[in-house]
Amino acid sequence: MQVVFDALSLGSLYALGALGIALIFGVMRLVNFAHGDVIAFCVFALLWPSVDAVAIVFAGNLPWFLLIPFTLAVGAGLSVLSEALVFRRFRRANPATMMIASFALGFVIRYFLLMLFSSRPKSISLLPGLSQPVEILGARIPLLQVITILVTLAVLVGLTAFLRRTRFGLEMRAAAENFTMARMLGVRANRVIMGAFALSGALAGAIALILGSQTGTANIMMGASVMLMAFIATVIGGMGSLAGAVIAGFALGAVATVMQVVLPPDARAFRDAFVYGAVILVLIFRPQGLLAARGTKERV
Amino acid sequence: MSLLALSNVSVRYGRLTAVRGVSFTLAEGEVLFVTGPNGAGKSSLLRAIAGVTPPAGGRIDFADHDITGRAPEDIARLGFSMVPEGREVFGSLTIEENLLVGTGMHASTRGWRARAASELEAVYATFPVLKERRHSQAGLLSGGQQQMLVIGRALMTTPRLVAIDEPSLGLAPNVTDQVYERLIALRAERRLTLLIVEQSSTRAMMVGGRMMLMRGGEIVLDGDARALGQSEAMHAAYFGYGEH
Repeated sequence: MQVVFDALSLGSLYALGALGIALIFGVMRLVNFAHGDVIAFCVFALLWPSVDAVAIVFAGNLPWFLLIPFTLAVGAGLSVLSEALVFRRFRRANPATMMIASFALGFVIRYFLLMLFSSRPKSISLLPGLSQPVEILGARIPLLQVITILVTLAVLVGLTAFLRRTRFGLEMRAAAENFTMARMLGVRANRVIMGAFALSGALAGAIALILGSQTGTANIMMGASVMLMAFIATVIGGMGSLAGAVIAGFALGAVATVMQVVLPPDARAFRDAFVYGAVILVLIFRPQGLLAARGTKERV
Repeated sequence: MSLLALSNVSVRYGRLTAVRGVSFTLAEGEVLFVTGPNGAGKSSLLRAIAGVTPPAGGRIDFADHDITGRAPEDIARLGFSMVPEGREVFGSLTIEENLLVGTGMHASTRGWRARAASELEAVYATFPVLKERRHSQAGLLSGGQQQMLVIGRALMTTPRLVAIDEPSLGLAPNVTDQVYERLIALRAERRLTLLIVEQSSTRAMMVGGRMMLMRGGEIVLDGDARALGQSEAMHAAYFGYGEH
């Protein structure tokens, strides 16, 4: 039972991350490698700038009903800002150029944090009430894990409803499939792309909250590992397919957790190597991803 | 007052010039066929007007606005609706969703659904087959049905001018007949201005209206479709006899 919850909560993180990447890839064919650094930025946005080992929690002391919207807004804001200041200039560039621009942007954000906070990981306690265990079907599960899973499910349901039921969601889906055609029908390119960045940034904020409360540390590299797995999940899921990204995110979480349990103790240190091996196998047999995205048409 | 006016418009792709200094005007309510052989620059001309490929030179006016170099969505919002070559349905969206994409631009979020509902009924009345299959994926439709879908989708934006690139491409002749039948009925109903690109002049001669012939990026003939279609000059110009 414990394993199931571990797998689901790890998978939730990967799925949220993969969604953030797939959303942006869907509308502008950009693989946004700065996404992980946006996650880290959201965590540090809760602290007061200092180079001490002990974090001076600032916004992180807000009650949860303010803390959550604050973090999501920071993520969305930074993400939209990066679109307006950086990616808009590269809209007609080829995907490789945009990808490199996103790497550069990620480094800028990371070194900005480094300057303010130093590279030393800081301990923080976010939402401390959530670390108590609860008993579910005879297993003691940390409340946070349960909440992570529930939040992810809520995000998925909410996002699906948004994409299916609202006008803006419809415009985003149309733009993701054929951007030029959507524009010829009056869909505003800038608004759709901004919207995708805002959603993606808010997802980064959600990951930041979960990661921050799970690990109890703030580390400028903390987004990077999630980002890597999330990126792999988007590739396995089929670039640009939102459903594929989510499924692959959960699958990766499950594979990683199961390997942690079944691998002989000596091999556990190399768990990630086995996970990546599984990824390579998937890509050999389904190079287009599990659910291939339909509209891999040219942008703009 | 003309609805659309091009003066000296050129389109280039890198070093290749697709359209060379084209000028013409189109009045409200007119039907204009642009014909010509493959590679004459017909599609490039449409893409330039729609704002997809901004012109390299010249000026385009539509509905009393200078639209040269404007974004496609701005041009669409002025009432220019484009049905591009190859139809370009949103295959993963349902038929109804395809139709609704273009309705967002005129209404506020609040009034959106109510307004769209009446437009939807109008399009479904014209193309009953779309209503039958409204909740199935657009990618599953046949070619003729997709052509009707994209024309319906263009109408949903309540346009003043509809530009259609090769409506007969890939369709059986009797399906093409149906598509044209609907287009002509729609034109009478809504006082639409039509700009239709077709490779051959036969359709233009059947439907009537004005016809322009393009060759090598230039307009070589412009006149009444039926009169032009039967003239020697048309054949000579189309196939390029006696030009050199």
